[in-house]
Amino acid sequence: MNEKLKLNPKLFEEDVEMKPSRNGFGEGLILAAREHEGVVGLCADLTESTRMEAFAKEFPERFFEVGVAEQNMATIAAGLGVSGKIPFIASYATFSPGRNYEQIRTTIAYNDSNVKIAGHHAGISVGPDGATHQATEDVAIMRAMPNMKVFVPCDWIEAKKATIAAVKLWGPVYLRFGREKTPVITTEATPFVPGKAQIFWRSRKPRVAIITCGILLYQALRAAEELEKERIGTIVVNSHSIKPLDEQTLLEMAELTGAVVTVEEHQIMGGLGSAVAELFARKRPTPIEFTGLHDTFGESGKPDELIEKYGMGVKDIKGAVKKVIMRK
Amino acid sequence: MTPLHEGRLKYLEELANKVREDVIEMLLEAGSGHSAGPLGMADIFTVLYFHALRHDPKFPAWPDRDRLVLSNGHICPVLYAVMARAGYFPLEELKTLRRINSRLQGHPHRTALPGLETTSGPLGSGLSQAAGIALSARLDKKKFRTYCLTSDGEHQEGNTWEAIMFAGKNKLSNLTVVIDRNNIQIDGNTESIMPLEPLKEKYESFNWHVLEINGHDMEAFVSAVSEAEVIFEKPTVIIAHTIPGKGVSFMERDYRWHGKPPNKEEAKEAMKELRSLGGRIRSEHE
Repeated sequence: MNEKLKLNPKLFEEDVEMKPSRNGFGEGLILAAREHEGVVGLCADLTESTRMEAFAKEFPERFFEVGVAEQNMATIAAGLGVSGKIPFIASYATFSPGRNYEQIRTTIAYNDSNVKIAGHHAGISVGPDGATHQATEDVAIMRAMPNMKVFVPCDWIEAKKATIAAVKLWGPVYLRFGREKTPVITTEATPFVPGKAQIFWRSRKPRVAIITCGILLYQALRAAEELEKERIGTIVVNSHSIKPLDEQTLLEMAELTGAVVTVEEHQIMGGLGSAVAELFARKRPTPIEFTGLHDTFGESGKPDELIEKYGMGVKDIKGAVKKVIMRK
Repeated sequence: MTPLHEGRLKYLEELANKVREDVIEMLLEAGSGHSAGPLGMADIFTVLYFHALRHDPKFPAWPDRDRLVLSNGHICPVLYAVMARAGYFPLEELKTLRRINSRLQGHPHRTALPGLETTSGPLGSGLSQAAGIALSARLDKKKFRTYCLTSDGEHQEGNTWEAIMFAGKNKLSNLTVVIDRNNIQIDGNTESIMPLEPLKEKYESFNWHVLEINGHDMEAFVSAVSEAEVIFEKPTVIIAHTIPGKGVSFMERDYRWHGKPPNKEEAKEAMKELRSLGGRIRSEHE
């Protein structure tokens, strides 16, 4: 573990604190709103579950309920964003940026309106609601959009920091949050700089760089710990900024190890893995194994069961590491 | 807003006719684009930019300017023409419409040209952006008005009705919507493609103040815009009945002219008609 980053010392213990990353959005939004008068919030009938409720209570005059209308939410925000406001729009990621993709493209991204899009209940870990509510293509959609920045925080504390950071960055931003309680990996003291990847784990003799983001960072760290015991050294990189991607850090890690595994709770097409592959194909051809959803939808189930069944668990990450070593 | 006196009306009518000539010339030069809508809306755009809007072409970012959001972006030739004539950019530049490196994109793009308030083209998203702008004015206690110019066809978009609900709920009285009710869309007439009537009653039931006018009657448009300014409890919609292709006889009321430009001969004929129309306006008022 990288001691400089002041990560949660109890991370590998049984009773590690658990909290959903969406809670960090709620807390970050309030902090940002207290500091910046221009921050306004819009929600499409999901105020409680997107954790916008506390903001709505503290700033009722700056909160707008649009009803079940994600397209309207995005476009009203676009109008507010070109008028000097800093609007946050919150819904489930399957609906926003799912339902309102074109509105986001034209009226927020192309229009360069200062809107922050909070995509909640992302990934397969949404669980029992099933595939209709599990956003697994949202990063691909948003990453391909010019003018858009994409951040995927790993826990609630990083989510809070990313939300606050989004206000300070001018222009459209996409933030991705999970529904489930997940282990707290970072602490308040852990730095967060948009566009800057961080080395969370580094073995003495690393043979593979595991590049990840979001809640599966925990699984990646667990895999690294177990691999260490098997004398397979790794580096685990938290690439919370998918766009802009920290090319320099990622290239250094590939240089050091000569092999890469990507881990994400998303389709392997178009997400973090693709961003990393595009980089290495251009600048440093490197063997890569991709951990994520392989062109399939999810289903109902418990989050842990789903992560296991769809090949994104500790076992799968370890398998990918061993496989990529064979390709070196 | 001052009513139109005789001299002013004549000036605006002549100007609108010039704008129609600009539109024909631009479309011919571009070789693609939409004819019927821009011609049909020339009167309203001329009144807006030369009489109704509080704006400053030399200072497009003036914070207190009225905002004009063009929702049906495809009629932008008429917007570009009035903007050029108002002094936002040189008239010469109109010939660059739809060309490489031009600020006059085929559908308007906010960051390309000072004076544009939004990016538009995909239908049905202008009204909610205008509602967002009007909402920000209310939050900031700004006095400016927001005008949203929409087409009738885009009232088939769900997003439009979401915005109508939102503006009604929030009583956005600083918002005026103008609908180009020309009854045509790409595939035919609106009432056979997907009927919109009764449009007036629909808006009323969504808690809007509704006015209905002849969109070529400049005096009626000015008084409707003035009335909207003193309605404090609701947003206002002006349903402006227009003739698509207005001013060019062979384009008028024919939906096939929705999305195509004139060829060389057709443009020549159109210019001839518009010039003689211009002469008639001059002599009628004399």
